[in-house]
Amino acid sequence: MDKLLTRVGVLFVVALLAFVAMVLGVDQAFSVHMGIACVAALIAMAVSMKKFDFLTQRFPVLSGPTVASRYDDDPIRWGVIATMFWGIAGFLVGLIIALQLAFPVLNLNLEYTTFGRLRPLHTSAVIFAFGGNALIATSFYVVQRTCRARLAFPGLARFVFWGYQLFIVLAATGYLMGVTEAKEYAEPEWYVDIWLTVVWVSYLVVFVGTLVKRKEPHIYVANWFYLAFIITVAMLHLVNNLSMPVSLFGSKSYSAFAGVQDALTQWWYGHNAVGFFLTAGFLAMMYYFVPKQAERPVYSYRLSIVHFWSLIFLYIWAGPHHLHYTALPDWAQTLGMVFSIVLWMPSWGGMINGLMTLNGAWDKIRTDPIIRMMVMALAFYGMSTFEGPMLSIKAVNSLSHYTDWTIGHVHSGALGWNGMITFACLYYLFPRLWGRARMYSLRMINWHFWLSTLGIVFYASAMWVAGIMQGLMWREYGADGYLVYSFAETVAAMFPMYVIRAFGGLLYLCGALIMVYNVWMTVAGKLRDEKAMTETPHNPDADRPYVAVPAE
Amino acid sequence: MTSDTKTGMFSHKKLERNVTLLGLCALGAVAIGGIVEIAPLFWIDSTVEKVEGMRPYTPLELTGRNIYMREGCYVCHSQMIRPFRDEVERYGAYSLAAESMYDHPFQWGSKRTGPDLARVGGRYSDEWHRAHLKDPRSVVPESIMPPYAFLAGRSVKAGDMSAHLTALSRVGVPYTDEAIKAADADLMGQADPNADGAALKQRYPKAQVRDFDGNPAKVTEMDAIVAYLQMLGTLVDRQKAQAHEQPR
Repeated sequence: MDKLLTRVGVLFVVALLAFVAMVLGVDQAFSVHMGIACVAALIAMAVSMKKFDFLTQRFPVLSGPTVASRYDDDPIRWGVIATMFWGIAGFLVGLIIALQLAFPVLNLNLEYTTFGRLRPLHTSAVIFAFGGNALIATSFYVVQRTCRARLAFPGLARFVFWGYQLFIVLAATGYLMGVTEAKEYAEPEWYVDIWLTVVWVSYLVVFVGTLVKRKEPHIYVANWFYLAFIITVAMLHLVNNLSMPVSLFGSKSYSAFAGVQDALTQWWYGHNAVGFFLTAGFLAMMYYFVPKQAERPVYSYRLSIVHFWSLIFLYIWAGPHHLHYTALPDWAQTLGMVFSIVLWMPSWGGMINGLMTLNGAWDKIRTDPIIRMMVMALAFYGMSTFEGPMLSIKAVNSLSHYTDWTIGHVHSGALGWNGMITFACLYYLFPRLWGRARMYSLRMINWHFWLSTLGIVFYASAMWVAGIMQGLMWREYGADGYLVYSFAETVAAMFPMYVIRAFGGLLYLCGALIMVYNVWMTVAGKLRDEKAMTETPHNPDADRPYVAVPAE
Repeated sequence: MTSDTKTGMFSHKKLERNVTLLGLCALGAVAIGGIVEIAPLFWIDSTVEKVEGMRPYTPLELTGRNIYMREGCYVCHSQMIRPFRDEVERYGAYSLAAESMYDHPFQWGSKRTGPDLARVGGRYSDEWHRAHLKDPRSVVPESIMPPYAFLAGRSVKAGDMSAHLTALSRVGVPYTDEAIKAADADLMGQADPNADGAALKQRYPKAQVRDFDGNPAKVTEMDAIVAYLQMLGTLVDRQKAQAHEQPR
């Protein structure tokens, strides 16, 4: 009871402080955000006072069979649902902004719906909301199973989940209102950054705490990757977001660094958001769920050691390849290029370790659509980690930089690797978290697989053509020695590619919507009566020894 | 998985059994690259070459720059001309590090859905910019840029400009005390067609003082954004900074 009183008291003070900040706010956006924070604290207070888990009482389906599971799975159940929700939101905004580039009338002549404000909403929604929730939920799941221990600090784990959702809401509403630090993938303003720091440190405490109380002598390889991801993201976030607020009651701040130093700090952050958020963290997912689904041990223990340490050491150096031929000193550019190319090897080490785990189980690609997704995810991982080093070569980059080729590259990684591996892990998790025999429908997973794959193919190939065409048109000289194309002509030439790209995105979104239905029915406890995924019909005529027939 | 991989004196087993050691080694591995690449940029003098003409933004330009950031212009426009023949012919002389030395944050961009803007200043008339921002397709039929007509109707609020300049001076932008004190007046004065602007021009050499938005009655966000666009790339005389042929 004392503990409860303290908690309610602290939340009340937080709500009060947020309210005061709301009243004192020097700009509207800041006041709106403090209002959101105030309401969040009040809700948390009310829930604490009722002294029960509101969500799980109100919606018993969210807590699943607590008896059957020995692990603390409630935050994971919320996490996988949040992953689905933010995924659909992020894909939808992505489709909208893709259509805006083809049909600018869709900017709707409103300040809140312009491409410039929606694009950060899309990138943050898919990376931090969809990807971040997937990482937090799976890390909590994996760390408990591989340590044979329940989550350390269960209350803090719940704070991590809800605190992270509040971060997403503050960031997303901020973008729509134009609150931004204008550094790609680090757009949230200073007070949202501070909030994320608090949440992230709590995340580290829960994760490390669980590792400390493990009942297994060894820390499993997936946890190395999760640990490196959490630590590195903390470091990147803290340094890149150093900024000077104009007022403690206003949303605006100015970056601590300027010009060239700010540029390299930003791309050190930006590239390693890819390297640690979208690679190390997702490799951790791969290292647990691929062996589980394939029912085979990880291919090589030695390879996992070598590629873990080389991957995390090398990735950090690759940032300058985002700044080739800019005013960044040449030595830094070249260093970034060399390390980016070297990085190809540890990246493929991870892919090989994942794919070869299927040794002896390759037939499952035919029968198990979840394995099929995992294999496709690893294939896209391999492809985009080859494309990345190639684009980091200065000569190639001189053509590709500033074009849609970069966008295509990012999406073959994001849709192919991050999206597919997340879908596969969610398909693994949903039936287990809710104690169902299997997903509602395996055939729908197969549909999801093909719609996603086709969507990515349309997306990536359209962007390759668009990017290379753009790059070549910009530098095209006529026989008279003049540039052939005006910039406006190169924009007009993109139209068909932008339409095809949006079509690819639509297919991908449709696949995800099928998943939502499938997940919904699974959680509701239904099983679809359907034909098995493969049937190899028996042919009695062929079922006989070969008897040679003499020639006539 | 087996765990008996031993290489000489060291066994990876130690790391796998000790969270602290594993965490510290991981932190060490990821810290090195950043330290080696980023830290020297702060003390190697040649990183930012010394050029004449760079000065901090005027309050009106700064307000315009903040609008540029708020609207996410950087997601489609770069401000970094690379040293290639086609880029130099299309956009102007390649960008120098010094030209963004007061940019907190930098706005080099990573994508050219629209053209580079590093030297857009003075290339078009104010009237063209206004028409283009209100309805891009009225002047460039192929354009896919969103319309920003709402900027023309929104007044710029004076009042906390000194706080903005103070925050910037805290992170190293050399605003004088006098400039900070005059910030609100300078904000309004730069868009006032009747102001003489002598003091402003002395504080901020090459500052352009005029009514930018075609509406002398009030200072709007359109004034600010056009003032910012019209000064981009105009501070450093790139003819002078260029290498010249030896006289024979």
